[in-house]
Amino acid sequence: MIVVSLLFYLFSFIMIASAFMVILSRNPVHSVLFLILCFFNSAGIFLILGAEFLAFILVIVYVGAVAVLFLFVVMMLDVEFKSISSTVISYLPIGLTIGVIVLAELMLVLFTWKRDYSVVDNLSATIDTQYSNTEIIGLVLYTDNILFFQLAGLILLASMIGAIILTVNHRPSAKRQDINKQVERDAESSIKNIDMKPGSGI
Amino acid sequence: MDNILSMYLYPAAIIAAKSVFLITTLLITIAFLLLADRKIWAAVQMRRGPNVVGAFGLLQSFADLLKFVLKEVIIPSKADKVVFLLAPFVTTVFAISAWAVIPFDAGIVLADINIGVLYILAISSLGVYGIIMGGWASNSKYPFLGALRSAAQMVSYEVSIGFVIITVILLSGSLNLTDIVNAQSGDYGILNWYFIPLFPMFVVFFISALAETNRPPFDLPEAESELVAGFMVEYSSTPYLMFMLGEYVSIVLMCAFATILFLGGWHAPLPILDFIPGFVWFVIKVCFMFFMFAMVKAMVPRYRYDQLMRLGWKVFLPLSLVMVAITATFVVFFK
Repeated sequence: MIVVSLLFYLFSFIMIASAFMVILSRNPVHSVLFLILCFFNSAGIFLILGAEFLAFILVIVYVGAVAVLFLFVVMMLDVEFKSISSTVISYLPIGLTIGVIVLAELMLVLFTWKRDYSVVDNLSATIDTQYSNTEIIGLVLYTDNILFFQLAGLILLASMIGAIILTVNHRPSAKRQDINKQVERDAESSIKNIDMKPGSGI
Repeated sequence: MDNILSMYLYPAAIIAAKSVFLITTLLITIAFLLLADRKIWAAVQMRRGPNVVGAFGLLQSFADLLKFVLKEVIIPSKADKVVFLLAPFVTTVFAISAWAVIPFDAGIVLADINIGVLYILAISSLGVYGIIMGGWASNSKYPFLGALRSAAQMVSYEVSIGFVIITVILLSGSLNLTDIVNAQSGDYGILNWYFIPLFPMFVVFFISALAETNRPPFDLPEAESELVAGFMVEYSSTPYLMFMLGEYVSIVLMCAFATILFLGGWHAPLPILDFIPGFVWFVIKVCFMFFMFAMVKAMVPRYRYDQLMRLGWKVFLPLSLVMVAITATFVVFFK
């Protein structure tokens, strides 16, 4: 077990360190790269817990898709690196207030928390160990929680359509390409022979 | 202490030795496949191709390796040095690490994990980071444009690859690559393989794999007619070599993945031919897929970028979604 604990501390340490670097690094692209490192280490912790399905879904969704788009946007921003440090002072009071409140809430949870060993005997939804964890997640998601699953899907669909409606820009004057029209074009419909005198325009 | 040694250290040493063996074999194979790629390309264009180093130019890749390694590494003065040098490593390391779960024959696999398909999907989707990082860190216009193109392209085609893989998973009922291959075995040989019932998906997978690995006709991130060499403009020497290597490793990975998903892995096409070892069949099928990749490179002109996006989102995505629905219906009602 000592190797597992060592791995846990390794992943957690890199994860927390890279999370700090996300907010400390001057260059926003470096911040996103550290964020990706952070995702990776959380996937590693999922692996230690035996939740390999969650680990790989985390990598596919967050690292493979979300962070790519993040990086895409951040790279396009033309950020002045010096201006960031000068504006830190003006945001410091409100940031500090929020930080203290969140820290206080965390402390409240931390110090009132205690472990009740009898909980293990009274679990309402126990995990059936004869299935792999992909199957277990599927069974829980598509049977007991199918309603919430479908609702989440609908909310995502609505937000996707909303985003498209907000950003779509139909300019009737813009020239668009119609693939079918392009393919259907042939020599007879597009080439015309004109008998023309030299020196005169069409 | 003995416990730790026997539980972790010895297995770790064995796995490390196996990995080194796998990587070495893989890289030597890739050296010859790279040559094959150039030879096929040359043959289509009625040229000889590389034929000076070694018999028939067989040692050309090794000569290239020496040439690249001995040259000077040039780093642009305004480049982000760390990210610039990290990018080729990211590409190569992710491309090679995906090979850990590929089964070459029954039982011959480095890591026989439950969710091998997801592992390959996750690792191959990370290949894009090498390109984005390299393009951005070069601090130059053409590499940056190449990186932006690549990011959009790879994210788009991953979606359809994901759905194609789901149809195979629905039929085989497992995320384990060995189980997927074994689900395609049977008395009818080649007729049991998934490329027959899922032929449209096989085509979609093949084309998406071309796009995912930046192969022509989808090599827009490095389109030399517009972007000089895309994200690799500022690279030279060993870092450039590593980009090339990573690219070819992931191309051969996609060939192996297609072999496992659609061409029955190590199984023989006819039951009579079972006496030939499975590993040989696997290599033959991978080489066949690689030949197809090389022929496409030689024959098809480069896509325009908007047409590439249209193909990914408006053709492949609806097609693969419909196929997922049809396959799921078939599995529920007829199987």
